[in-house]
Amino acid sequence: MPTVLFGCARDIVEHCGVPRFVFSDFPLGNPTGRPYDIDMQREVLALGLALLEGATAPGTTVVTPHEWSADHSWKDKVFSREQPFLDPEATRKWLERKDAYRALKSGGKI
Amino acid sequence: MKGEPAGHVCYIDKTRAYYEAEGYGKPYEWAHFDHIPFTPFAAVGKPLSECRVGVVTTSDMARRGAEIAPDDPRRLVYSLDTGIPVSQLYSRKSGYDRYATTLDDVDSYLPLTHLHRFAAEGRIGAVAARFQMIYFEYSQRKTLTVDAPEILKQMREDRVDVAVLTAV
Repeated sequence: MPTVLFGCARDIVEHCGVPRFVFSDFPLGNPTGRPYDIDMQREVLALGLALLEGATAPGTTVVTPHEWSADHSWKDKVFSREQPFLDPEATRKWLERKDAYRALKSGGKI
Repeated sequence: MKGEPAGHVCYIDKTRAYYEAEGYGKPYEWAHFDHIPFTPFAAVGKPLSECRVGVVTTSDMARRGAEIAPDDPRRLVYSLDTGIPVSQLYSRKSGYDRYATTLDDVDSYLPLTHLHRFAAEGRIGAVAARFQMIYFEYSQRKTLTVDAPEILKQMREDRVDVAVLTAV
């Protein structure tokens, strides 16, 4: 089935390898356009639909023309001690889920 | 202009360094294809204006006001109706850049409103009846042998022709 993936982590998606990729150089969270920018969202989705039709080879990346902000300092702070990726509650849940999943796996239940 | 204006963020390197510094052991290994599978659009045999478009997202969506089921540790693929207005949906995902942006506008990561509009305008044939959620996973085996086949099964049931995937 032909697919197109929208994402903001270019290195990860290109490492994984997908047939068609629309890359927005945005913070993680908004792969189909800036929040509340209806025109941009529509344009990004349209790029993906065109890529669905037009890509001729696997691993084709299209880069959206939009910039998140003139100040790129948000990129420096990603995954830094200054800005922990998950808050403490989310970290606790994440670790709990990992343990629960491991228990299921070791019990042969998944 | 400050920061890294020329390049995108190198998440693989950054997350490896971040979690090492946090004391976690083995770095995460991303599933990847040595040879990327590819189905040419032409193989569908009809124009996009006649295609039913499916949607898959990692954004862990839920319906506002709906009863929240207890966490299922199996973290299986689930689906919701694409006819639910985005105003009634929200994301439960905590893994995004919460300092720089928000997940408050569903269409910025799950473009249901725009897909419905493209369908109404005839750019696509239709939007599939359901959209699917897949969780971020530590098991490449589960992603490849449990989750992906389940999504494909549901999409075939819904007679999906092409799929839009959003990695949040």
